[in-house]
Amino acid sequence: MKMILQETMALTMRSVKRLSRERISMVFGLIQPMLFWLILFGNLFQKTAQIPGFQAPNYITFLTAGVVVMTVLNSGLSGGVDLLFDKESGFLERLLSAPISRNSLIYSRFIFVMGITSVQILIILLVAFILFGVYPHSGLAGLAFIMLVGLLFGLGLIAISLTLAFAIKGHGNFFALMGFLTLPLIFLSTALVPIQAMPGWMAFLAGFNPMTYAIEAVRELIIGGWAWGGLVKVLVILLAFDAVSIGLSSRVFHRQVG
Amino acid sequence: MKAIEIRNLKRSFGEKTVVENLTLDVEKGEVFGLLGPNGAGKTTTIRTVLTLLKPTEGQVTVWGHDVVTQPRDVRQVLGYVPQEKAVDRFLTGREHLILVADLYHLTRPEAKKRIEEVLALVDLSQKADELVNHYSGGMKKKLDIACGMIPNPKILVLDEPTLGLDVESRIRIWDYIRRLQKSGLTILMTTNYLDEADQLCDRIAILDRGRLAALGGPEELKKGLGGDRVTVQFGPQQDRLDELAGSLKKELPFVNGIKVSPASHELEIRVTSNEEALAPLIQRIHHHGHPILAIQYSRPTLEDVFITYTGHKIKEDSALL
Repeated sequence: MKMILQETMALTMRSVKRLSRERISMVFGLIQPMLFWLILFGNLFQKTAQIPGFQAPNYITFLTAGVVVMTVLNSGLSGGVDLLFDKESGFLERLLSAPISRNSLIYSRFIFVMGITSVQILIILLVAFILFGVYPHSGLAGLAFIMLVGLLFGLGLIAISLTLAFAIKGHGNFFALMGFLTLPLIFLSTALVPIQAMPGWMAFLAGFNPMTYAIEAVRELIIGGWAWGGLVKVLVILLAFDAVSIGLSSRVFHRQVG
Repeated sequence: MKAIEIRNLKRSFGEKTVVENLTLDVEKGEVFGLLGPNGAGKTTTIRTVLTLLKPTEGQVTVWGHDVVTQPRDVRQVLGYVPQEKAVDRFLTGREHLILVADLYHLTRPEAKKRIEEVLALVDLSQKADELVNHYSGGMKKKLDIACGMIPNPKILVLDEPTLGLDVESRIRIWDYIRRLQKSGLTILMTTNYLDEADQLCDRIAILDRGRLAALGGPEELKKGLGGDRVTVQFGPQQDRLDELAGSLKKELPFVNGIKVSPASHELEIRVTSNEEALAPLIQRIHHHGHPILAIQYSRPTLEDVFITYTGHKIKEDSALL
């Protein structure tokens, strides 16, 4: 146990040091969702708020939840990238030839990516507040729940990303598949428009997208108040999503590294 | 107990068998080389020793531990220096060593002491806090070796330690390997450089298409070819070379064998000892009335050994001459 802790910490610190030396990619990774989605997209589509049945006071308020969860989606799905590059460079062989628990490799990825994701969520909420006066009406407890929902969704995504990093040959294929997955997941969710405004078949498919539930919970917590029933339902759905993806991931991983 | 015991190792990837029926021992304290062209099964063999691959058939034990049933014990006694580029360019040299020290569960004070030792060993103390991004190829290799030495291993495994390095760096790496052996370490390395195997290894296993083609010390393998080679070239009008070969074999005890090439008017004569054979040989040839056009004397090289046992040259571009 103590050994696993030492291994996991060492591997996590490696990622932190790498990040601190890739400042440019860190800054752009942070700015991109805010500039593109919140500021440009949010302003462009502000008339969406006039659609009948729209419940948020304005589109930006509505969209903030979507941007929070989309950021979780992006960070989570790229959670396996470093492992993929380690696999290709041979660095993974060095790690695997050491007497470490194979799980430490996975734990360190979870810790690192979820840490980054938490910071990203906080920054997005801060920017949404400063620029647009959007803030979670459910208060500090609501903020804590937003983080919880984000992290639970992120957990399953990281597991999927790690699975693909191990199962797929070559980073070209990996990025192609990520690009292919990301946009449909976003459009088949309520990130950008409410479910009432979606065509029937898309609304139907969105019902199977765990992202939809994460967004609904976060939106509820931002717009105002919270209903325990709805929140518990979302947490159960996200936990089920995590269980499935972690189960799958662990099978692929242990088949590859023993 | 041997340092490494490999018994009837077979490893297949799908339909393709990469290593077949390999049996060999690595003795404690020796430098053992796996020599062969790319695709001969060297890397597969050491990856099996390192527990990164499971044998399809057969058994491998490292320091008495089975690689399949006790992989952690195996990893604990091994240090690994992978082929080039297994470094993270966004970390400094020292950060690599700290990471590896943690992965082998050294305590902070242990790690600190050990890191200084290995940095001194490979002359990297001055550059330890620079990003690996700014290292030359030779420095990256030194760092690789330092990482491999952090756990204070019983056996150091090096995969192509000098692949792609300039001459100066190669010689320096060879020097480290010799020093490490002197300190009592057992070393298992792969190489496709014949001169490297010749210079460094106590014993060599020549692998060809996944099979063991020859095993022994470099000198022993060379001797096994039947001694030094004297090639005598005669003018085109010379015939009766078979007759001459027969007489020489009878008259000179140090002649082990003669190959006659009538087309090129050549005799390839294998002689036991050294230069002492040359004078009497020339004398006898003259005595039989055969004027010599040219004569060439050569000691067998590892390259000859390789050709003899595998029937082909080691890949031309990979042999540094």
